[in-house]
Amino acid sequence: MIQIYEMYKTYQINDIKIEALKNINLRIKQNEFAAIVGPSGSGKSTLMNMMGCLDIPTSGNYILDDVEVSSLRDDELAEIRNQKIGFIFQSFNLIQKLTALENVELPLIYQGINTKERLRRAKLVLENVGLGDRLDHKPNELSGGQQQRVAVARALINNPPIIFADEPTGNLDTKSGIEIMNLLKELHRKGNTIILITHDNDIAQQADRIVRINDGEIVEDRQVV
Amino acid sequence: MGFIQAYKMAIKSIRGNKGRSFLTMLGVIIGVASVISAVAFAQGSTKNITDSIQKLGTNLIQINITGRNSNRNMSYEDLKEFAEKNIDIIGAVAPQSSTSAKVKYGTKNMDTTVIGTTPEYERIKNVHVTQGRFILDFDVDYRQNVALVGTAIVREIFQGKDPLGEKIKIKGQIFKVVGVLEERASSATRSDDDQIIIPVTASRMITGTSAIRNFSVEAASAEKVKTAMESLEAFLLKIYKNENTYRVFDQSQMLDTLGEVTGSMMIVLGGIAAISLIVGGIGIMNIMLVSVTERTKEIGIRKAIGAKRKNILTQFMIEAAVVTGIGGILGLLLGFSIIKFIIGGLNIVPAVYSIPWALISFGISLLVGIIFGLFPAYKAARLNPIEALRSE
Repeated sequence: MIQIYEMYKTYQINDIKIEALKNINLRIKQNEFAAIVGPSGSGKSTLMNMMGCLDIPTSGNYILDDVEVSSLRDDELAEIRNQKIGFIFQSFNLIQKLTALENVELPLIYQGINTKERLRRAKLVLENVGLGDRLDHKPNELSGGQQQRVAVARALINNPPIIFADEPTGNLDTKSGIEIMNLLKELHRKGNTIILITHDNDIAQQADRIVRINDGEIVEDRQVV
Repeated sequence: MGFIQAYKMAIKSIRGNKGRSFLTMLGVIIGVASVISAVAFAQGSTKNITDSIQKLGTNLIQINITGRNSNRNMSYEDLKEFAEKNIDIIGAVAPQSSTSAKVKYGTKNMDTTVIGTTPEYERIKNVHVTQGRFILDFDVDYRQNVALVGTAIVREIFQGKDPLGEKIKIKGQIFKVVGVLEERASSATRSDDDQIIIPVTASRMITGTSAIRNFSVEAASAEKVKTAMESLEAFLLKIYKNENTYRVFDQSQMLDTLGEVTGSMMIVLGGIAAISLIVGGIGIMNIMLVSVTERTKEIGIRKAIGAKRKNILTQFMIEAAVVTGIGGILGLLLGFSIIKFIIGGLNIVPAVYSIPWALISFGISLLVGIIFGLFPAYKAARLNPIEALRSE
């Protein structure tokens, strides 16, 4: 599903070169539940941006679902994000002016799906995450846990094969955090590939595989027993 | 993402920010309203003047004697004699001695314009008498002190009383009122209603000179206007020996001059209005830039979940176009209210509603929105999704 070969990412800030990623080689198979773990500044977010097609590497190859991604243009990346990837962010990243339903249907708008079908599907996913009674609430009318569930619903609406969850429990209380992790596990059981990015070892333990990154390099890659 | 979807998004965003959206529109509203009311005013005044010129007829030729220290003079009789000799090209001649004077009736008095002329004036200048009669040849030949008065004079000094047969005093001379002139409907020539018309021979006592500076000449027909003008110029040159001491002109020249004047008036007014539209456009750009900055996060989210540059560009462009479009419509409503209530209410010029200009200014306002919305929209579309997501 995901194949990364000798990936480097270098940022140039004024005269200083920062190597955020150094010689990353990583393969993630379909329906894996992998956690990418590392302290802040380790490069794990950069790696997620690369894998999530939000950015392209300075050098190296990235093959996602048999497509070479590292040389694609902006709009082509947008299309891949739209169709193959679902994001769940630490800060939820919902659009405040839109209701839960409107936030969830957003990815479908960019696919050109008609209103009726969009609303039907958005409603269904929201019901699946347990928010069937919160369709017309705006994010600020929902609790953190509910907001994150809206974000999960948004990530799922396209039925993307891969879900990226960037510190999904970071802004949540323990109980909501557990609920979200259970949602992710359920998705994994249903066949999605889940890539969890976290600095929290306890959270990471819930995945099947842990990839530890430090200073832009993979320092550990093991299965969780 | 379809156009309709983008339009819905734009409406949602505008409604979510009503106050700001209105302020953004304000520039366009004022711009469009000023364009159409300025144009309406210009067209109204043009129509007004053109109408009153055309009412005089197209055969009319005007002669003005401008030379001051000329010791030669053309009298009314000279011109009349010339006209009688050229009956095939000149239909009629009316002298106009014009002087301002105080008119008295009983204890009342008022300032008026006294015009000395002949019976031909009635037809040439299209003057109508509502009561009594116009000047007769008899009055001219025997220097009768008779007068026709305008409606303003009837109101002011007769105070509604029937003026016929009453005696008025003009510069110490007693005149008998024999007629009342028709009220001029046209407001540009409103001052005509305080005119007094007397026989040209009688006016010599008032002006103190027999020299007359203005003549109205009627050509035998519209086609003869040019020939008549040429022969009049030749005749005048023979008398005055200097082309600069007189002017001969017809209605088409007056209309041409008028066209030039109103044309440049339109350009000036249109220019000012166009500037206000551009200023409105800059306002739109300004607010849109702020809006893009404020909504960086939203743009980042949209991009992360698959919005292409084109989608973001369309969203912001349509937002700008919808804002200016609504502004344009409000501007048209405001402009038409200005025309109806202010221009129409003041009644200085007739209210003219120009549909082409309404469409033009609406079109320009949309164009302004699209042009000035382009840069902010482009900026939004180019945002890097990672950086955009990171912003708060």
